[in-house]
Amino acid sequence: MNKKELNPTVTLLEIEAPRVAKKAEPGQFIILRVNEEGERIPLTIADFDRERGTVTIIFQLVGATTKQLGAMNVGDELSDFVGPLGTPSHTEGLKKVAVIGGGVGCAIAYPVAKKLHEQGTTVHSIVGFRCKDLVILEDEFNAVSDVMKIMTDDGTHGTKGLVTDALRELIESGEQYDEVIAIGPVIMMKFVSKLTKEFGIKTTVSMNPIMIDGTGMCGGCRLTVGGETKFACVDGPDFDGHLVDFDQLMKRNQMYRPFEQEKDCNLLKKGEEANA
Amino acid sequence: MPNMSLTKVPMPEDAPEIRNKNFEEVALGYTEEQAKEEADRCLNCKTRPCVNGCPVGVPIPEFISLIKAGDFIGAAKKIKEMNLLPAICGRVCPQESQCEKYCVRGIKGESVGIGRLERFAADYLLAHPEETAEKPKSNGHKVAIVGSGPSGLSCAGELARQGYEVTVFEALHKAGGVLVYGIPQFRLPKEIVQQEIDNLKALGVTFETNFVVGKTATVDELFEEGFEAIFVGSGAGLPSFMKIPGEEFSGVYSANEFLTRINLMKAYKADGETPIMKPKKVAVVGGGNVAMDAARCAKRIGADEVTIVYRRTEKELPARLEEIHHAKEEGINFQMLVSPVEILGDENGWVKGIRCQRMELGEPDASGRCRPVPVEGSEFDMDMDCVVMAIGNSPNPLISQTTKGLETNKKGCLVLTDEDALATTREGVFAGGDAVTGAATVILAMGAGKTAAKSIDQYIQGK
Repeated sequence: MNKKELNPTVTLLEIEAPRVAKKAEPGQFIILRVNEEGERIPLTIADFDRERGTVTIIFQLVGATTKQLGAMNVGDELSDFVGPLGTPSHTEGLKKVAVIGGGVGCAIAYPVAKKLHEQGTTVHSIVGFRCKDLVILEDEFNAVSDVMKIMTDDGTHGTKGLVTDALRELIESGEQYDEVIAIGPVIMMKFVSKLTKEFGIKTTVSMNPIMIDGTGMCGGCRLTVGGETKFACVDGPDFDGHLVDFDQLMKRNQMYRPFEQEKDCNLLKKGEEANA
Repeated sequence: MPNMSLTKVPMPEDAPEIRNKNFEEVALGYTEEQAKEEADRCLNCKTRPCVNGCPVGVPIPEFISLIKAGDFIGAAKKIKEMNLLPAICGRVCPQESQCEKYCVRGIKGESVGIGRLERFAADYLLAHPEETAEKPKSNGHKVAIVGSGPSGLSCAGELARQGYEVTVFEALHKAGGVLVYGIPQFRLPKEIVQQEIDNLKALGVTFETNFVVGKTATVDELFEEGFEAIFVGSGAGLPSFMKIPGEEFSGVYSANEFLTRINLMKAYKADGETPIMKPKKVAVVGGGNVAMDAARCAKRIGADEVTIVYRRTEKELPARLEEIHHAKEEGINFQMLVSPVEILGDENGWVKGIRCQRMELGEPDASGRCRPVPVEGSEFDMDMDCVVMAIGNSPNPLISQTTKGLETNKKGCLVLTDEDALATTREGVFAGGDAVTGAATVILAMGAGKTAAKSIDQYIQGK
């Protein structure tokens, strides 16, 4: 329906999927296949429009499938698009929340911030990127935030530093949050959770492990939360950041990296062809 | 004169050392001559003990008589009166514990190869399709089926034959359930499943893939859309783990994930896009058909050594005899009376081995099987780079969690208010197969689908 390149490596697609749009809530995800032989990949829903019957996904061109996806144009059809999967983010009863987005994770944090804003919650947004060229959704976040901080690693936009620096500053300046919601790279979520634990603030993180079916069948997305094994697809993707074993998740997410890096990886080859 | 040979006519097969490197079907099926020869071993007993052993009551002596007479199409149709999916059952039913167990010929020598004959007749019909079956006249009633596995397919077929407008909802992108994601190509070719599904489509059944009931729409919303009854055949989809240390290491798979990557996502094919690791030494934990399937798949994707680890003895292995036999022929190792206690990993979080302890059989437990008891101080390690957990599944909670009035028991299985009718605690919702029983067999699920179809018919006609 619509395609926008938000920055050189992040693309937005608005997809016609009335049944999914009808039920979608912030925090949920979809699984898609680009073509008949394609792998199934999970992507969190970035936005939805029930009236137009569309669902928006925003993704980074990291692997072969996302590269194929990025090569699609308005009018093309995806082979499969299923959802909405997972449990929606809990937003009820929150008065004041800090929403932390890192990189492309901002695409997932945005609908949560938007919902909070619409229900009257005070929203402080902190979004972090590597540099100015990679900034996405700045205007969108501004529109739904009472306080907005942009951080970049190199200081080319907003303030130089990490999202945790900005969060610490806000907390130490006396801001009191009911909850912190952090969505971004696993390492960022790990350090946000570490910081909020110091101050005893409840923290929710959104997990993005390897998945196949998204309905609990394969168990590939399992992670340890508070010493128990959970399936991100049905129990999550949102979990208590103070209980998640982030280090283990980072290792599991690396599992197929060597296969994708092999020269003869079918997926990468096809991804490159699609972009050629 | 009947053929009095004590053994079955052997089934042609590719040699183990060739077939354990490819995904072609292992058992090649009888020729017409072989089928007639085997059919001649049936004594056509008046008492028909075999039929009593069949969960769906296939008229076994009758169809075998038709094979003897050379009427192969007639034989297939005779089976289809009671079983809509014979090409599948002929391949995956545990005949040795059902029909063939009661065969008179089995008292002295081998029973009649009923499963092989069923498969022969069914394949013959698939290869010689008649005029497309006439689509029955619609009776105007809509029924929704959740899940396109064996119970859903058989329920859909039975209802469609009677003129119901049936829609089957499937969460994955391909219909067939465990028949396509679980059971490997070399045991049940996916083309066979597809043909049976196409036959159902010809009867007027609609398939909606990529539709997760409970998420895309709830059971209540399906009722609002005009479905008068719903059959839940969502299977046992949540893989169990042992809850031992190390199960989160990379290289540990549930059998569901391992098999789905290989079968459904075609990771074994040279042009498959879904990755699977290329393990060298694989341990498969469990002793059922799924464990055998996983072990034989592991061998086929290039593993040098594959070991089945099972905590009881070979006698208690729940897998079909034929699968155990095939697995052994293909070079799978069997470590019996062994149970893992820990999975060992390296500093990068990859599996490097498995720590096990030896077991001995104690007193029989509630299931009647001898309880395995750990032998003190018997721990030993085996080097592995991949571990597949094939120790069962529990039912998927997505439907029970999102449907008011649908009760489940402690194990997560749907509770039935009427066991014979397969009625759940929610009016108009029926359920069968693994979603109710926990993990069981294809044929039991098909039997349940058929029973549920009868109940749904009575329920709708009685409204």
